[in-house]
Amino acid sequence: MENNKLQELIQNFTPEAEITAGKQFLTVTVDKSRLHELAKKLKESEETQFDYLFCESAVDYNDYFMMVYHLDSTTHRHQLVLKAKITDRENPEIDSVCDLWEAANYHEREIFDLFGIRFINHPDMRKIFLDNDWVGFPLRKDYVDKVNVVER
Amino acid sequence: MNFDIYDFSSFTKSIDEGLMASMSPFWAITIEMIIIGVLILGFYAVVGLYLVYAERKICAFMQCRVGPNRVGPYGFFQTIADLIKLLLKELIPIKNADKILFNIAPFIVIIASFMAIAAIPFAKGLHALDFNIGVLYVMAVSSMGVIGILLAGWSSNNKYSLIGAMRSGAQIVSYELSVGLSLITIVILAGSLQFSTIVEGQRNGWFIFTGHIPAIIAFLVFLVASTAETNRGPFDLAEAESELTAGFHTEYSGIKFAFFFLAEYMNMFIVASIAATVFLGGWMPFHIGGWEAFNGIMDYIPPFIWYIGKTAFVIFLMMWFKWTFPRLRIDQLLTLEWKYLLPINLFNIILMAFIVLMGWHF
Amino acid sequence: MDAEKIQPLTEEQEFSINMGPQHPSTHGVLRLMLKLQGEMVREVKPQLGYIHRGIEKMCEKLTYPQTIHLTDRLDYLSAHILNESVCLAVENALEVEVPDRVKYVRTIIDELNRIASHQLWWCAFGMDLGALTTFFYGLRDREKILDIFEETCGARLLLSYNVPGGLMFDIHPNFQKRTKDFIKYFRKKLPEYDALLTGNPIMQERTKGIGYFSKEDAINFGLSGPPGRASGFSCDVRVHQPYSAYPFAKFKEILYTEGDTFHRYKVRIDEMWESMNIIEQLIDNIPEGDFAVKMKPVIKLPEGEYYQRVEAARGEFGVYIVSDGNKNPYRMKFRSPNFCNLAPLHKMSVGYKIADLVAISGSLDFVVPDMDR
Repeated sequence: MENNKLQELIQNFTPEAEITAGKQFLTVTVDKSRLHELAKKLKESEETQFDYLFCESAVDYNDYFMMVYHLDSTTHRHQLVLKAKITDRENPEIDSVCDLWEAANYHEREIFDLFGIRFINHPDMRKIFLDNDWVGFPLRKDYVDKVNVVER
Repeated sequence: MNFDIYDFSSFTKSIDEGLMASMSPFWAITIEMIIIGVLILGFYAVVGLYLVYAERKICAFMQCRVGPNRVGPYGFFQTIADLIKLLLKELIPIKNADKILFNIAPFIVIIASFMAIAAIPFAKGLHALDFNIGVLYVMAVSSMGVIGILLAGWSSNNKYSLIGAMRSGAQIVSYELSVGLSLITIVILAGSLQFSTIVEGQRNGWFIFTGHIPAIIAFLVFLVASTAETNRGPFDLAEAESELTAGFHTEYSGIKFAFFFLAEYMNMFIVASIAATVFLGGWMPFHIGGWEAFNGIMDYIPPFIWYIGKTAFVIFLMMWFKWTFPRLRIDQLLTLEWKYLLPINLFNIILMAFIVLMGWHF
Repeated sequence: MDAEKIQPLTEEQEFSINMGPQHPSTHGVLRLMLKLQGEMVREVKPQLGYIHRGIEKMCEKLTYPQTIHLTDRLDYLSAHILNESVCLAVENALEVEVPDRVKYVRTIIDELNRIASHQLWWCAFGMDLGALTTFFYGLRDREKILDIFEETCGARLLLSYNVPGGLMFDIHPNFQKRTKDFIKYFRKKLPEYDALLTGNPIMQERTKGIGYFSKEDAINFGLSGPPGRASGFSCDVRVHQPYSAYPFAKFKEILYTEGDTFHRYKVRIDEMWESMNIIEQLIDNIPEGDFAVKMKPVIKLPEGEYYQRVEAARGEFGVYIVSDGNKNPYRMKFRSPNFCNLAPLHKMSVGYKIADLVAISGSLDFVVPDMDR
């Protein structure tokens, strides 16, 4: 589906979504409370059918986290980037999309491990790479590792 | 025709009589036992080492490689160097292992193969034990090895070893049946359980030729089943290094590991020599009816060479299997035995009995 | 087998075992925590992180050309393809059009790399099944590709031949001839692979119908690459979002619908044939021209987000770059195929035997550094 049509559709799903047509992908930013609802619609609606989550990542923008979901549709062959902002740095939480795309399972565990973002309703919320007693979240911008990293 | 130009029985008899004349029968027999024991030990070690060498060369040949080629000419002393290394290696004691069983296990395995080798006729008269129930005896002692493997797996206190041992138990107990039944097929034809009689019975043609189709079927079944019984690929489920790291001998090191290793090769040698004796005429030369000159030349090749040649042929077949086939899965392995080999075998025995009854064999 | 149909285990029946981190068939330092019932696998819990090096964090401190050399260390068997992903992302961000010569050479080396990777997979898969001879056959032929790489760029495994804007230097004069020779040679040798392993009845018994994974599940789990295509999930980035010289070549995506271990095997064997077709179409037509575009000495990406998908040998590889306009990326995320292909392992192997688990994980073709990053 063309990007402008997709844009209209999503505007219908969630009117408050902030949509920007990027150079590569159409980017949709929603509030984190509406994320799961929109994701469910995007996956299940006949016209969008975003059934393939090919990347899920988080970005630390110092005062907030941005969750980034790269979606693809295997039937319509269109892509979309879904974003949600998490402002709480102390106790970041967001709904898991693991029930929609099983692929999110490992990605979310990784994000939990490296950013400390907790996913609500995730079936297996454990650390994936680091030891259980690891202090801090390495991919956060304010992470300091005095032992292993030499600042130049 | 002169079959018996290389008859060892007069040679062994003269030693026996000489000893008997010079000392009391008790000491004579004791000394005879010691001589035979030492001979078999030496033979065992040499054959074991050179089977390892042969395996490495053959597998290299199949894998576009050269194989061992540094120690001695063509790497001929490589396995001796390996043996020295294994002897000098530390025996790592395992915490929480059952010490007694852990130490006994390799000996049980190696003793089982030692005992089996005693009953094998290498040439006419060159025979440590000529029981009238030779086939039964070999079957009985060779199946003792599985106890050693089970104990090794159980006492190592290692989960991989345990799985390996249990697999091996299930495997050997089932394949024992096929080995036994395929030998019995030939016993029906030969009418004896004694190895010397079985070999003598093949004077006018090896059993695999005289026994028609049932003998050929029995030979094939024996090859498959005995490969399985010796825990060799494609039936090496007890070791299965891609699944169980090293199976039952994961925790063994040094000379204890060498015992398992050597026993595996000797078991292969034993089953190959049983196959050679029972199906391929043992030390009997190859004859073609009516070709007198050819048969005469064949007679001049010593029986020991014939015997080794035939055994080497069967061993080569078994190595060929190992280096080309993937491994079976445990359920497929048992299916193969209980659903295919066993019924074929039972039917084959009836067929053989019928052929012998009607006198249709040569 | 259905995971739901199996009765739950009592505490006494449960037998847990650690497969790895040192185990011959986990192909690296992957640890699988298994729960067994006798020989039957009841639960597979992968434990990652034994080779986690924090490459994404390291990239945040490095310049773009430097990060290329870290992508090598992810999936080291498709190093060139991974290098290319970062280069393409940077080139697209700066809107640099590379010469056709670069595109052709990149694609040819991509495909050679894919063949080399599949050859090594074939070696290891045979080993997993217990057929040890495959290892030497595969390595024998792989050596020829590595020799071509060595002559072209000096490295055998971790090529680092790509730089933003093109290639590090021009191809060796022998490159075309040797590649053609290799294709001629390998067309004769690939049927040997079938003769040794594919046609073997034991191998077929061991793999057919084992580890079934449906198309819906494959899409849902994000199973890409040859395992995904064996389930009928058309996920070849080369077809759907062609990059470099793939638009100039005619090739078909290998798709099967059976979704079992045997067809994951089959996809890779067929892909080797297909890769040779691609190379043959391109090798004679490498256009004359520059081997690189002149780039600024310090590469700075305009502020924004860039995503580049490429088809690595094991599946879809993606690089996600967030730039704040500086010379080093603000955030760099690698979507590595093995990480996503690991997740289905539990669902695939529950209810099968230990030996099947080894075959299934072999057919997924894991490279552990790529999972752990």
